Amino acid sequence: MTSGINGADTAWMLISAALVLLMTPALGFFYGGLVRGKNALNTLMMGVSALGFVGLAWALIGYSLAFAAGSPFLGGLSRIALSGVGLEPQGTIPHILFMAYQGTFAIITAALISGAIVERMRFPAYLCFVTLWSVLIYAPVAHWVWGGGFLGALGALDFAGGTVVHINAAVAALVAAIVIGPRKDFARQALLPHNVPFTVLGAALLWFGWFGFNAGSALGATAGAALAFTNTLLAPSATLVVWTLLDLSRTRRVTAVGAATAIVVGLVAITPAAGLVRPLSAILIGGVAAAPSYFGLLFRARTRLDDSLDVVAAHGLGGTVGALLTGVLAEKAWGSPSDGVLFGNPAQFGIQVVAVLIVIAYSAAGSWALLRIIGVFVPLRVSKRDEGLGLDVSQHGEEAYVRGEGALLILKDALPSTPVVVPAPAGLRIGVSGS
Amino acid sequence: MKLVVAIVRPDKLGDVLEALFRADVRGLTIARVQGHGGETEHVETYRGTTVRMELSEKVRIEIGVSDNFVDPTVRAILTAARTGDVGDGKVFVLPVEKVYRIRTGEEDQSAVTPVVPPPSDGD
Repeated sequence: MTSGINGADTAWMLISAALVLLMTPALGFFYGGLVRGKNALNTLMMGVSALGFVGLAWALIGYSLAFAAGSPFLGGLSRIALSGVGLEPQGTIPHILFMAYQGTFAIITAALISGAIVERMRFPAYLCFVTLWSVLIYAPVAHWVWGGGFLGALGALDFAGGTVVHINAAVAALVAAIVIGPRKDFARQALLPHNVPFTVLGAALLWFGWFGFNAGSALGATAGAALAFTNTLLAPSATLVVWTLLDLSRTRRVTAVGAATAIVVGLVAITPAAGLVRPLSAILIGGVAAAPSYFGLLFRARTRLDDSLDVVAAHGLGGTVGALLTGVLAEKAWGSPSDGVLFGNPAQFGIQVVAVLIVIAYSAAGSWALLRIIGVFVPLRVSKRDEGLGLDVSQHGEEAYVRGEGALLILKDALPSTPVVVPAPAGLRIGVSGS
Repeated sequence: MKLVVAIVRPDKLGDVLEALFRADVRGLTIARVQGHGGETEHVETYRGTTVRMELSEKVRIEIGVSDNFVDPTVRAILTAARTGDVGDGKVFVLPVEKVYRIRTGEEDQSAVTPVVPPPSDGD
């Protein structure tokens, strides 16, 4: 590592951190559009609250467990509560910026899980889960690959987090969907997206933010960042084209939800390879990744697994395709630390497989245990009645699309018993089911 | 002929429709409405303003049926829309003076008899 802070690198990383931060509310819109209107705020809030809870947990504990010097399996405690994280250089950027940038990764990774458990998980239980998950599952895995741990030492390639972020979150999502169980209406009623434009908007903002996620992972304003940027443009394009052709050949219609999903799948798939492969390889990765996710999504819908917004199909399958193809297509000539199978290093594929399997195993076991333990102390899911009413009202006391008719103002001193009736709304008298 | 008007919970609509179709009741109109039926109001807070929502989202279903279909229709709704909590809704059965089918000009009994692709099942 060079010593000394580079201004250009610092500028780019400041922007990148902000871009990655934007991805979490963007994910909220992507997910929020896909749920029913009565759960729209709850779904958005799963992302928004992660900004606070996971962000704080990262600064206080997570960063140290991930990036402080420690054993090959876990970082040390020397950076707890940001001790020793100051203005000194970390690489070519201020240490404090490196910590903040990595924090935005912890936030989005934890928020990704929410897609599997929307419309039924109690919000306090969700907060407990994602906060502890970011410390106990995400931070160690980040350490293994990026923080000087054993997977990095083994030579596993994961440029921006295909394994650390996407496979890790998808496995936790799968476990959470199983432990918490399906929504009460699952497989009984059609559970349709309530606002597809939100979903498309979310996908567009995710793509925008992902330039910071992938090109920022070069940790500087370098040629490698430019490569990662270009690959982040090209791979989702390829996924979008292949997905569209699959849609056309299967149903003769190109769906907007499908296009939004394709963008995310392409972004996920290129993430581990972004700064390690040539642009044509990125196109190949993006194109190839469309098929497993496309058919995985169709298959999942016919099973009893209520991974509600298909975190496994998009992030799990997309992440796995990306992680494995990184082991095939990586090139030293394009900045990768080691070559892939196609460039004379067959061992790399095996290393990628090992890394993927270890992360799957740890995330599955850890997420399962964590949910079980939290479940001992607090109920994980809402009552059937609250689920029917919608989580916006039952968990947040708000509605996304409030009409305001029939809302009586409650004055503070009258709160427990009788509401003070400020002009009684006429609607009450003519209410259809009134006696 | 009768007009069956039912007010049900929105999240029970799927169950009600399924029960109606199972009972061979076809031809209905629904509307999203708001109403108050004595259920516990929920409290919401917006920027420090706490409000009690007196009106709940409901769905109103209207079905014109011939006399011998009243009973199956009502029973289907009662069974499918019930949760046991206050706020499950109401079913009203109203007399109907005249019914016309716009497409054909048919009146009354034949106007409320659904057109079913297999012609045997037309009661």
